[in-house]
Amino acid sequence: MFRHFPNNLTHPCLTHNCVSDYSSNAIVHKLLILPKLLYNIIISLKNYTEVFFLLTFEHVSKIYKGQKRAVDDLNFQIEKGEFIVLIGPSGCGKTTTMKMINRLIEPTEGTIFLNGENIMHMDPVKLRRQIGYVIQQIGLFPHMTIEQNISLVPRLLKWSSDKQKERAKELLSLVDMTPDYLNRYPNELSGGQQQRIGVLRALAADQPLILMDEPFGALDPITRDSLQTEFKKLQRKLKKTIVFVTHDMDEAIKLADRIVIMKDGRVVQFDTPDEILRNPANEFVEEFIGKERLSQVRPHIQTVDQIMNPAPVTVTPNVSLTEAIKIMKQRRVDSLLVVDQNNMLVGYIDFEIIDQKRSKASKIEEVIEKELFKVETGTLVRDTIQTILKRGLKYVPVVDAENRLVGIVTRTNLVDVVYDSIWGDGDSEIKAQ
Amino acid sequence: MVNLLDFLSVNGIELIVKTWEHIYISLIAIFLGIIVAVPLGVLLTRVPKIANFILGLLNVLQTIPSFAILALFIPLLGIGLVPAIVALFLYSLMPILRNTYIGIRDVKKDLIEAGIGMGMTEWERIRLVEIPLATPVIMSGIRLATVFLIGWATLASYIGAGGLGDYIFSGMNLYKPEYILAGAIPVTLLALVTDLFLGKVETWVTPKGIRKSKAV
Repeated sequence: MFRHFPNNLTHPCLTHNCVSDYSSNAIVHKLLILPKLLYNIIISLKNYTEVFFLLTFEHVSKIYKGQKRAVDDLNFQIEKGEFIVLIGPSGCGKTTTMKMINRLIEPTEGTIFLNGENIMHMDPVKLRRQIGYVIQQIGLFPHMTIEQNISLVPRLLKWSSDKQKERAKELLSLVDMTPDYLNRYPNELSGGQQQRIGVLRALAADQPLILMDEPFGALDPITRDSLQTEFKKLQRKLKKTIVFVTHDMDEAIKLADRIVIMKDGRVVQFDTPDEILRNPANEFVEEFIGKERLSQVRPHIQTVDQIMNPAPVTVTPNVSLTEAIKIMKQRRVDSLLVVDQNNMLVGYIDFEIIDQKRSKASKIEEVIEKELFKVETGTLVRDTIQTILKRGLKYVPVVDAENRLVGIVTRTNLVDVVYDSIWGDGDSEIKAQ
Repeated sequence: MVNLLDFLSVNGIELIVKTWEHIYISLIAIFLGIIVAVPLGVLLTRVPKIANFILGLLNVLQTIPSFAILALFIPLLGIGLVPAIVALFLYSLMPILRNTYIGIRDVKKDLIEAGIGMGMTEWERIRLVEIPLATPVIMSGIRLATVFLIGWATLASYIGAGGLGDYIFSGMNLYKPEYILAGAIPVTLLALVTDLFLGKVETWVTPKGIRKSKAV
């Protein structure tokens, strides 16, 4: 906090020159300088908070004419690099709150500081160009190519066209899309791809803060799930500060560092997902989270590593199909994970595949199914449960960062988790009886 | 038929001159119309309250018979080319203005919001988003106005502006059907060709990403 102070020490009044000359002039001078010194100290303190807090809400309210308060006396601070999710029932003011940050809606009372600067004193156009914005309906401009869409803000900021193109390519590679998409139009892309571009567009000018208004709401559940995972990874990598509006609690829990739960324009609870799940502030929060989700949270079960079966049944690609079916029979399983000699996960086979293809093929490598959903070690159990249930999977292999197979989570493991959550914590109840 | 060939052998060159006059009058009028009506249409979308009033006023203006307008301009501007062009210009305003207004008003609200949210100034929004997206609608207004104008330009000859209308009026006065045909056929052809041509232009100026014919 004191790293700004050396500036003040260099002030003439604090050097020996000033002290040695004790004429009345100097005293007057000193008295005059005092307020300035105080001011400098205050500025330094403010700079200190800037380092920490990107965004500060102070008594912010929004009152529409002749209506109740849409947003009522908001006070909170958002740190740099935080992923904040605003959530609440419709009409709770979450979207209004978000839109006040880039002045699409202007607060009636109170002030919002971005990097310590009052946003109402900034030019709205300049302000908005520093803040990424992703809307629900994706909002790609249909008459512009993907490249033009991505590099829109750089274009407004008058970057050179080479730099714009370079940036667009770089961003596309972030979401594993090839540069030949650059010259396509939005209507040639799937919904998921379009929203990826929508997100990239908000990152284009390297804005430190990004506002997202239910960005994945219009997508189908599976695309949404994979986009959430992808986006969370991206955010960690790029260290962006995100303010994200949603009404989907699963989404909030999966993405947020901290969740702001709102009701009737007020903040009901502002905390980490774990804290909210463990200690909901009141009945409203409890109800909003839902009983099921509350019961899913086991403080002692956090990641898949803790519940997975560390020794899944595997085969190598050069094993014959007859051999494979023998292994299945011995081990009483209906599918086998295929790994290479370095224990890298290649794919899987199951008895259906063998049954269909056994007349045409003899080795596993000829019939192996390479498309499969897997999770990395360290993934939270609750996210994995969501995925297994949503996609109707029978099991999920767990791999490490190098794609080496380390275990498997099956539905049987999930039964253990649920059993635990129903009976495991029941000691106190049993004692009470 | 023989009459017509005779007519062409005598008046061939003159026919070309008259056709040129006709094109010239219509083009100047439509050109002025575009210059005035498109910006005005954009402007109207910024003040929706006044917009309805002005569009209503122009609608009323449109119902005044064209002959009457031409006649009204005689005391003001005299006769000849200028009053004819002014009258035709007034007629071209309405279709272009209305289509510009509707085209821009109907640009999707979420695109506008995306534009504002990303920090576009009002002018950037008009230039980069609203006009490109409204282009098909604006162009069809221009196309409609041009075809109308080519038809109405025949009346211009009545106040001495020349054009193919000269033949039609002479034919009517002298009771010579070949003169009427010599005026009417080129006008019709001109209108049809212009319509086809502007149809092509319409597709051509429509940004690629929003062309409807595109197979997706």
